Amino acid sequence: MKHQEAPLDPSLGSPPDSSLDASPDPSRRAFLGIAAGATAAVVAPGFVLQAQAVGNPRAERVSDVHRWGLLVDTNRCVDGCRACVEACDQENGLDLQRKQPGQSEAEWDTQKAVWLRKVKLQDNLTGRVSNLPMMCQHCESPPCVDVCPTGASFKRADGIVMVDRHTCIGCRYCMMACPYKARSFIHEVVEDQLTRVPRGKGCVESCNLCVSRRDQGLDSTACADACTALGHRAILFGDLKDPASAISQALKTMPSRQIREDLDLNTGVRYAGV
Amino acid sequence: MAIAVIRVSLVAVGLVWVLAAQTVLAGDAQRYVKPGSQAAHSAACVEETNFMRRNHMELIKHQRDATVHHGIRSTKHSLAGCINCHVSVSPEGHALAINGRDQFCGACHAFSAVDVNCFGCHANVPRGGLLSPAALAAHGDAAAGVRPSAGQIMSDTPGSATGRAGGQ
Repeated sequence: MKHQEAPLDPSLGSPPDSSLDASPDPSRRAFLGIAAGATAAVVAPGFVLQAQAVGNPRAERVSDVHRWGLLVDTNRCVDGCRACVEACDQENGLDLQRKQPGQSEAEWDTQKAVWLRKVKLQDNLTGRVSNLPMMCQHCESPPCVDVCPTGASFKRADGIVMVDRHTCIGCRYCMMACPYKARSFIHEVVEDQLTRVPRGKGCVESCNLCVSRRDQGLDSTACADACTALGHRAILFGDLKDPASAISQALKTMPSRQIREDLDLNTGVRYAGV
Repeated sequence: MAIAVIRVSLVAVGLVWVLAAQTVLAGDAQRYVKPGSQAAHSAACVEETNFMRRNHMELIKHQRDATVHHGIRSTKHSLAGCINCHVSVSPEGHALAINGRDQFCGACHAFSAVDVNCFGCHANVPRGGLLSPAALAAHGDAAAGVRPSAGQIMSDTPGSATGRAGGQ
Protein backbone atom coordinates (compact mmCIF):
# COMPACT_ATOMS: atom_id res chain seq x y z
CA MET A 1 0.00 0.00 0.00
CA LYS A 2 1.39 3.35 -0.98
CA HIS A 3 0.53 6.20 1.33
CA GLN A 4 0.60 9.87 0.49
CA GLU A 5 -1.04 13.09 1.55
CA ALA A 6 -3.87 14.08 -0.73
CA PRO A 7 -3.15 17.21 -2.75
CA LEU A 8 -5.52 20.12 -2.43
CA ASP A 9 -7.84 20.41 -5.37
CA PRO A 10 -8.66 24.07 -5.96
CA SER A 11 -11.44 23.20 -8.37
CA LEU A 12 -13.55 21.82 -5.53
CA GLY A 13 -15.60 23.90 -3.16
CA SER A 14 -15.65 26.96 -5.41
CA PRO A 15 -18.10 26.56 -8.26
CA PRO A 16 -17.37 28.65 -11.37
CA ASP A 17 -18.80 32.13 -11.11
CA SER A 18 -21.38 32.44 -13.85
CA SER A 19 -22.36 35.99 -12.91
CA LEU A 20 -19.17 37.48 -14.36
CA ASP A 21 -20.09 39.92 -17.09
CA ALA A 22 -17.76 41.08 -19.85
CA SER A 23 -19.03 44.69 -19.61
CA PRO A 24 -19.94 45.57 -16.05
CA ASP A 25 -22.49 48.26 -15.42
CA PRO A 26 -20.80 51.32 -13.78
CA SER A 27 -23.81 52.17 -11.62
CA ARG A 28 -23.94 48.63 -10.36
CA ARG A 29 -20.26 48.86 -9.46
CA ALA A 30 -20.85 52.10 -7.59
CA PHE A 31 -23.68 50.57 -5.65
CA LEU A 32 -21.57 47.54 -4.78
CA GLY A 33 -18.76 49.81 -3.61
CA ILE A 34 -21.09 51.74 -1.32
CA ALA A 35 -22.57 48.53 -0.01
CA ALA A 36 -19.11 47.09 0.70
CA GLY A 37 -18.08 50.30 2.47
CA ALA A 38 -21.18 50.34 4.61
CA THR A 39 -20.68 46.70 5.52
CA ALA A 40 -17.05 47.33 6.44
CA ALA A 41 -18.05 50.28 8.64
CA VAL A 42 -20.52 48.13 10.51
CA VAL A 43 -18.29 45.10 10.83
CA ALA A 44 -14.96 46.89 11.38
CA PRO A 45 -15.34 47.31 15.13
CA GLY A 46 -15.33 43.56 15.06
CA PHE A 47 -16.76 43.20 18.50
CA VAL A 48 -20.25 41.90 18.62
CA LEU A 49 -22.31 41.79 21.74
CA GLN A 50 -24.36 38.80 20.93
CA ALA A 51 -26.75 36.70 22.88
CA GLN A 52 -25.77 33.22 21.87
CA ALA A 53 -28.12 30.37 22.46
CA VAL A 54 -26.39 27.69 24.45
CA GLY A 55 -27.29 24.05 24.10
CA ASN A 56 -27.85 21.89 27.07
CA PRO A 57 -24.63 21.89 29.09
CA ARG A 58 -23.85 18.62 30.81
CA ALA A 59 -24.50 18.69 34.53
CA GLU A 60 -23.57 15.11 35.36
CA ARG A 61 -20.39 13.14 34.80
CA VAL A 62 -19.99 11.43 31.48
CA SER A 63 -20.70 7.75 31.82
CA ASP A 64 -19.77 4.62 29.88
CA VAL A 65 -23.37 4.20 28.79
CA HIS A 66 -22.25 5.73 25.51
CA ARG A 67 -19.19 5.14 23.42
CA TRP A 68 -18.80 7.69 20.68
CA GLY A 69 -17.35 6.69 17.35
CA LEU A 70 -17.23 7.35 13.65
CA LEU A 71 -17.83 5.21 10.61
CA VAL A 72 -16.13 6.40 7.43
CA ASP A 73 -17.36 5.03 4.13
CA THR A 74 -14.28 5.52 1.98
CA ASN A 75 -16.27 4.77 -1.19
CA ARG A 76 -18.13 8.03 -0.60
CA CYS A 77 -15.04 10.04 0.35
CA VAL A 78 -14.22 12.26 -2.61
CA ASP A 79 -10.69 12.70 -3.91
CA GLY A 80 -9.53 16.28 -3.39
CA CYS A 81 -12.41 17.28 -1.13
CA ARG A 82 -11.24 18.89 2.11
CA ALA A 83 -14.55 19.91 3.61
CA CYS A 84 -14.06 17.82 6.77
CA VAL A 85 -10.54 19.15 7.27
CA GLU A 86 -11.67 22.75 6.90
CA ALA A 87 -14.66 22.24 9.18
CA CYS A 88 -12.40 20.68 11.81
CA ASP A 89 -9.95 23.58 11.53
CA GLN A 90 -12.70 26.13 12.04
CA GLU A 91 -14.43 24.24 14.81
CA ASN A 92 -11.24 23.83 16.78
CA GLY A 93 -9.45 27.09 16.01
CA LEU A 94 -6.69 25.36 14.05
CA ASP A 95 -7.11 27.91 11.27
CA LEU A 96 -5.96 30.59 13.74
CA GLN A 97 -2.45 29.14 13.90
CA ARG A 98 0.23 31.37 12.42
CA LYS A 99 3.59 30.50 10.96
CA GLN A 100 6.54 31.81 12.93
CA PRO A 101 8.44 34.66 11.27
CA GLY A 102 11.33 33.22 9.28
CA GLN A 103 9.96 29.70 9.36
CA SER A 104 9.94 27.87 6.05
CA GLU A 105 6.67 26.58 4.63
CA ALA A 106 8.04 23.05 4.70
CA GLU A 107 8.87 23.28 8.39
CA TRP A 108 5.52 24.88 9.21
CA ASP A 109 3.71 22.07 7.41
CA THR A 110 5.38 19.55 9.66
CA GLN A 111 4.91 21.56 12.86
CA LYS A 112 1.43 23.04 12.77
CA ALA A 113 -1.25 21.18 14.66
CA VAL A 114 -3.47 18.98 12.49
CA TRP A 115 -6.34 17.02 13.98
CA LEU A 116 -7.77 15.62 10.78
CA ARG A 117 -5.96 14.92 7.52
CA LYS A 118 -6.92 13.39 4.23
CA VAL A 119 -4.98 10.28 3.30
CA LYS A 120 -4.87 8.63 -0.10
CA LEU A 121 -4.22 4.91 -0.26
CA GLN A 122 -3.29 2.96 -3.36
CA ASP A 123 -3.27 -0.79 -3.65
CA ASN A 124 -0.15 -1.42 -5.68
CA LEU A 125 -1.42 -4.76 -6.97
CA THR A 126 -4.72 -3.54 -8.36
CA GLY A 127 -4.09 0.20 -8.57
CA ARG A 128 -7.30 0.94 -6.66
CA VAL A 129 -7.14 4.30 -4.88
CA SER A 130 -9.12 5.11 -1.75
CA ASN A 131 -9.39 8.37 0.12
CA LEU A 132 -10.09 8.65 3.79
CA PRO A 133 -9.97 11.13 6.65
CA MET A 134 -7.50 10.07 9.33
CA MET A 135 -7.72 11.34 12.87
CA CYS A 136 -7.44 10.05 16.44
CA GLN A 137 -9.07 6.62 16.32
CA HIS A 138 -10.27 6.80 19.94
CA CYS A 139 -9.00 3.35 20.81
CA GLU A 140 -10.52 1.35 23.60
CA SER A 141 -6.96 0.53 24.71
CA PRO A 142 -5.07 3.65 23.63
CA PRO A 143 -1.27 3.35 23.43
CA CYS A 144 -0.99 7.11 24.08
CA VAL A 145 -2.64 6.64 27.48
CA ASP A 146 -0.38 3.68 28.28
CA VAL A 147 2.81 5.67 27.77
CA CYS A 148 1.80 9.02 29.30
CA PRO A 149 3.99 9.61 32.37
CA THR A 150 1.67 12.16 33.99
CA GLY A 151 -1.80 10.85 33.26
CA ALA A 152 -2.48 13.82 31.00
CA SER A 153 -3.42 11.54 28.12
CA PHE A 154 -6.61 9.86 29.21
CA LYS A 155 -9.77 8.23 27.99
CA ARG A 156 -13.05 9.75 29.06
CA ALA A 157 -15.79 7.45 30.27
CA ASP A 158 -17.62 7.86 26.97
CA GLY A 159 -14.62 6.62 25.00
CA ILE A 160 -13.15 9.95 23.87
CA VAL A 161 -9.35 9.97 24.10
CA MET A 162 -8.14 13.39 25.19
CA VAL A 163 -5.21 15.35 26.59
CA ASP A 164 -5.55 17.23 29.85
CA ARG A 165 -3.29 20.16 29.08
CA HIS A 166 -3.12 21.10 32.74
CA THR A 167 -1.01 18.00 33.38
CA CYS A 168 0.65 17.56 29.97
CA ILE A 169 4.40 18.18 30.22
CA GLY A 170 5.00 18.03 26.48
CA CYS A 171 7.22 14.94 26.47
CA ARG A 172 5.57 13.68 23.27
CA TYR A 173 5.76 9.99 24.20
CA CYS A 174 2.13 9.74 23.12
CA MET A 175 2.98 11.09 19.69
CA MET A 176 5.52 8.33 19.23
CA ALA A 177 3.20 5.67 20.62
CA CYS A 178 0.26 6.57 18.38
CA PRO A 179 0.13 4.25 15.34
CA TYR A 180 -2.06 6.75 13.46
CA LYS A 181 0.12 9.90 13.59
CA ALA A 182 -2.92 11.56 15.09
CA ARG A 183 -1.32 13.87 17.63
CA SER A 184 0.24 17.29 17.27
CA PHE A 185 2.53 19.31 19.47
CA ILE A 186 2.23 23.06 19.90
CA HIS A 187 5.75 24.37 19.42
CA GLU A 188 5.32 28.10 19.90
CA VAL A 189 3.37 30.57 21.99
CA VAL A 190 -0.23 30.79 20.76
CA GLU A 191 -1.94 34.17 20.77
CA ASP A 192 -5.28 33.32 19.21
CA GLN A 193 -7.43 30.67 20.82
CA LEU A 194 -11.11 30.00 20.83
CA THR A 195 -12.88 29.93 24.17
CA ARG A 196 -14.07 26.38 23.57
CA VAL A 197 -10.64 25.05 22.48
CA PRO A 198 -7.74 26.23 24.64
CA ARG A 199 -4.32 25.80 23.06
CA GLY A 200 -0.85 26.62 24.31
CA LYS A 201 2.84 26.07 23.83
CA GLY A 202 4.29 22.83 25.10
CA CYS A 203 1.21 20.61 25.02
CA VAL A 204 0.07 17.79 22.78
CA GLU A 205 -3.42 17.71 21.30
CA SER A 206 -5.55 15.70 18.92
CA CYS A 207 -9.10 15.11 17.73
CA ASN A 208 -11.49 14.93 20.69
CA LEU A 209 -14.63 14.17 18.68
CA CYS A 210 -15.74 17.80 19.13
CA VAL A 211 -15.97 17.32 22.87
CA SER A 212 -17.56 20.72 23.50
CA ARG A 213 -20.41 19.70 21.19
CA ARG A 214 -20.75 16.45 23.15
CA ASP A 215 -21.00 18.37 26.40
CA GLN A 216 -23.53 20.83 25.02
CA GLY A 217 -25.84 18.03 23.98
CA LEU A 218 -25.37 18.15 20.21
CA ASP A 219 -25.34 14.91 18.27
CA SER A 220 -22.72 15.33 15.59
CA THR A 221 -19.17 16.39 14.84
CA ALA A 222 -17.96 19.23 12.62
CA CYS A 223 -16.42 16.82 10.09
CA ALA A 224 -19.56 14.69 9.82
CA ASP A 225 -21.75 17.79 9.47
CA ALA A 226 -19.55 19.21 6.71
CA CYS A 227 -19.51 15.93 4.80
CA THR A 228 -23.27 15.58 5.06
CA ALA A 229 -23.82 19.20 4.02
CA LEU A 230 -21.98 18.49 0.77
CA GLY A 231 -24.10 15.42 0.21
CA HIS A 232 -21.18 12.99 0.41
CA ARG A 233 -22.30 11.42 3.68
CA ALA A 234 -19.01 9.58 4.07
CA ILE A 235 -18.68 10.24 7.81
CA LEU A 236 -21.24 8.95 10.28
CA PHE A 237 -21.01 9.88 13.95
CA GLY A 238 -22.84 8.05 16.69
CA ASP A 239 -23.01 5.89 19.76
CA LEU A 240 -21.33 2.52 19.27
CA LYS A 241 -23.02 1.13 22.37
CA ASP A 242 -26.55 1.96 21.32
CA PRO A 243 -27.75 -0.92 19.12
CA ALA A 244 -30.45 1.31 17.64
CA SER A 245 -28.11 4.14 16.59
CA ALA A 246 -27.49 4.76 12.91
CA ILE A 247 -23.81 3.96 13.26
CA SER A 248 -24.50 0.64 14.98
CA GLN A 249 -27.02 -0.28 12.30
CA ALA A 250 -24.55 0.63 9.56
CA LEU A 251 -21.77 -1.34 11.22
CA LYS A 252 -24.08 -4.33 11.44
CA THR A 253 -24.84 -4.34 7.74
CA MET A 254 -21.71 -2.90 6.12
CA PRO A 255 -18.30 -4.59 6.06
CA SER A 256 -15.90 -2.33 7.94
CA ARG A 257 -12.38 -2.46 9.30
CA GLN A 258 -10.20 -0.89 11.89
CA ILE A 259 -6.98 0.57 10.57
CA ARG A 260 -4.11 -1.49 11.98
CA GLU A 261 -6.55 -3.99 13.41
CA ASP A 262 -3.51 -6.25 14.06
CA LEU A 263 -2.74 -4.02 17.04
CA ASP A 264 -6.01 -5.07 18.68
CA LEU A 265 -6.83 -1.57 19.94
CA ASN A 266 -10.58 -1.71 19.26
CA THR A 267 -10.74 1.69 17.65
CA GLY A 268 -13.82 3.89 17.86
CA VAL A 269 -13.30 5.03 14.26
CA ARG A 270 -14.11 2.39 11.66
CA TYR A 271 -13.60 2.42 7.90
CA ALA A 272 -15.67 0.77 5.21
CA GLY A 273 -14.37 0.12 1.69
CA VAL A 274 -10.66 -0.22 2.45
CA MET B 1 16.62 64.81 73.74
CA ALA B 2 15.35 67.12 70.97
CA ILE B 3 17.07 64.90 68.39
CA ALA B 4 15.35 61.84 69.79
CA VAL B 5 11.96 63.57 69.58
CA ILE B 6 12.62 64.52 65.96
CA ARG B 7 13.67 60.95 65.11
CA VAL B 8 10.56 59.49 66.71
CA SER B 9 8.31 61.95 64.92
CA LEU B 10 10.00 61.21 61.58
CA VAL B 11 9.41 57.49 62.09
CA ALA B 12 5.80 58.22 63.02
CA VAL B 13 5.29 60.33 59.88
CA GLY B 14 6.87 57.56 57.82
CA LEU B 15 4.54 54.97 59.28
CA VAL B 16 1.53 57.17 58.57
CA TRP B 17 2.62 57.47 54.92
CA VAL B 18 3.05 53.73 54.61
CA LEU B 19 -0.43 53.19 56.03
CA ALA B 20 -1.88 55.84 53.73
CA ALA B 21 -0.22 54.24 50.70
CA GLN B 22 -1.63 50.85 51.68
CA THR B 23 -5.11 52.33 52.00
CA VAL B 24 -4.88 53.95 48.59
CA LEU B 25 -3.69 50.71 47.01
CA ALA B 26 -6.45 48.78 48.73
CA GLY B 27 -8.91 51.32 47.38
CA ASP B 28 -7.54 50.67 43.91
CA ALA B 29 -7.97 46.97 44.42
CA GLN B 30 -11.63 47.50 45.13
CA ARG B 31 -12.03 49.16 41.77
CA TYR B 32 -10.59 46.34 39.69
CA VAL B 33 -14.03 45.48 38.38
CA LYS B 34 -14.01 47.40 35.12
CA PRO B 35 -16.74 49.87 34.29
CA GLY B 36 -18.52 48.73 31.16
CA SER B 37 -18.06 45.02 31.88
CA GLN B 38 -21.07 42.90 32.70
CA ALA B 39 -19.67 42.45 36.19
CA ALA B 40 -19.98 46.18 36.84
CA HIS B 41 -23.75 45.83 36.55
CA SER B 42 -23.98 42.83 38.85
CA ALA B 43 -24.61 43.09 42.56
CA ALA B 44 -22.29 40.19 43.30
CA CYS B 45 -20.02 37.63 41.68
CA VAL B 46 -21.01 33.96 41.54
CA GLU B 47 -19.97 33.79 45.20
CA GLU B 48 -19.54 36.47 47.84
CA THR B 49 -16.93 39.02 46.74
CA ASN B 50 -14.42 38.54 49.56
CA PHE B 51 -14.67 34.78 49.18
CA MET B 52 -14.01 35.10 45.46
CA ARG B 53 -10.95 37.30 46.07
CA ARG B 54 -9.33 34.67 48.22
CA ASN B 55 -10.63 31.46 46.68
CA HIS B 56 -11.36 31.98 42.98
CA MET B 57 -8.31 29.92 42.02
CA GLU B 58 -9.55 26.93 44.00
CA LEU B 59 -12.96 27.14 42.37
CA ILE B 60 -11.48 27.35 38.87
CA LYS B 61 -9.08 24.49 39.57
CA HIS B 62 -11.85 22.26 40.82
CA GLN B 63 -14.02 23.15 37.86
CA ARG B 64 -11.26 22.44 35.37
CA ASP B 65 -10.95 18.82 36.48
CA ALA B 66 -14.71 18.37 36.50
CA THR B 67 -14.91 19.78 32.98
CA VAL B 68 -11.91 18.13 31.33
CA HIS B 69 -12.29 14.67 32.84
CA HIS B 70 -16.01 14.42 33.52
CA GLY B 71 -17.46 16.77 30.93
CA ILE B 72 -19.40 18.86 33.43
CA ARG B 73 -20.05 22.27 31.90
CA SER B 74 -23.09 23.52 33.73
CA THR B 75 -21.59 24.88 36.93
CA LYS B 76 -21.04 28.56 37.56
CA HIS B 77 -17.30 28.40 38.29
CA SER B 78 -15.97 28.26 34.75
CA LEU B 79 -13.06 30.37 33.57
CA ALA B 80 -14.99 31.19 30.40
CA GLY B 81 -17.72 32.58 32.65
CA CYS B 82 -15.19 34.76 34.51
CA ILE B 83 -13.88 36.17 31.25
CA ASN B 84 -17.32 36.72 29.73
CA CYS B 85 -18.48 38.73 32.70
CA HIS B 86 -15.32 40.63 33.59
CA VAL B 87 -13.89 41.51 30.20
CA SER B 88 -14.03 45.19 29.36
CA VAL B 89 -14.51 46.78 26.00
CA SER B 90 -12.38 49.47 24.40
CA PRO B 91 -14.04 52.65 23.08
CA GLU B 92 -13.61 51.18 19.59
CA GLY B 93 -15.62 48.18 20.63
CA HIS B 94 -12.87 45.57 20.95
CA ALA B 95 -12.71 43.24 23.90
CA LEU B 96 -9.56 44.00 25.89
CA ALA B 97 -7.31 41.13 26.94
CA ILE B 98 -8.37 40.41 30.49
CA ASN B 99 -4.80 39.65 31.58
CA GLY B 100 -3.52 43.05 30.47
CA ARG B 101 -1.84 44.94 33.34
CA ASP B 102 -4.69 47.40 33.59
CA GLN B 103 -7.46 44.85 33.23
CA PHE B 104 -9.43 42.78 35.70
CA CYS B 105 -7.18 39.72 36.03
CA GLY B 106 -3.89 41.41 35.13
CA ALA B 107 -4.19 44.41 37.44
CA CYS B 108 -4.95 42.46 40.58
CA HIS B 109 -2.35 39.81 39.81
CA ALA B 110 0.23 42.54 39.24
CA PHE B 111 -0.72 44.12 42.58
CA SER B 112 -0.44 40.82 44.43
CA ALA B 113 2.68 39.77 42.44
CA VAL B 114 1.17 36.41 41.46
CA ASP B 115 1.81 35.10 37.98
CA VAL B 116 -1.35 34.05 36.18
CA ASN B 117 -0.81 31.14 33.80
CA CYS B 118 -4.36 30.52 32.61
CA PHE B 119 -3.91 32.58 29.47
CA GLY B 120 -0.99 30.61 28.11
CA CYS B 121 -3.68 28.32 26.71
CA HIS B 122 -7.06 29.94 27.39
CA ALA B 123 -8.38 32.79 25.27
CA ASN B 124 -8.10 36.09 27.14
CA VAL B 125 -11.14 37.55 25.40
CA PRO B 126 -14.45 35.77 24.76
CA ARG B 127 -14.01 34.29 21.34
CA GLY B 128 -15.97 31.90 19.17
CA GLY B 129 -18.64 31.01 21.70
CA LEU B 130 -19.24 27.74 23.47
CA LEU B 131 -20.62 26.34 20.24
CA SER B 132 -19.25 27.17 16.82
CA PRO B 133 -21.46 29.00 14.33
CA ALA B 134 -21.36 25.81 12.25
CA ALA B 135 -22.68 23.80 15.18
CA LEU B 136 -25.44 26.31 15.79
CA ALA B 137 -26.36 26.32 12.12
CA ALA B 138 -26.43 22.54 11.87
CA HIS B 139 -28.29 22.08 15.13
CA GLY B 140 -30.38 25.22 15.23
CA ASP B 141 -33.43 23.60 16.75
CA ALA B 142 -31.57 21.48 19.26
CA ALA B 143 -29.20 24.22 20.33
CA ALA B 144 -31.55 27.15 20.63
CA GLY B 145 -33.64 28.09 23.54
CA VAL B 146 -32.95 25.22 25.89
CA ARG B 147 -31.51 27.64 28.37
CA PRO B 148 -31.96 31.39 28.42
CA SER B 149 -28.82 33.07 27.19
CA ALA B 150 -26.45 34.38 29.79
CA GLY B 151 -25.62 37.25 27.46
CA GLN B 152 -22.46 35.68 26.10
CA ILE B 153 -20.03 37.97 24.40
CA MET B 154 -18.63 36.82 21.13
CA SER B 155 -15.74 38.34 19.35
CA ASP B 156 -14.81 36.65 16.13
CA THR B 157 -12.38 39.05 14.54
CA PRO B 158 -8.69 38.28 14.42
CA GLY B 159 -8.28 41.99 15.22
CA SER B 160 -9.37 41.40 18.78
CA ALA B 161 -5.92 40.00 19.38
CA THR B 162 -4.57 43.53 19.30
CA GLY B 163 -5.84 43.99 22.82
CA ARG B 164 -3.41 41.43 24.16
CA ALA B 165 -1.35 43.73 26.30
CA GLY B 166 0.61 42.10 29.06
CA GLY B 167 0.51 38.58 27.70
CA GLN B 168 2.25 36.36 30.18
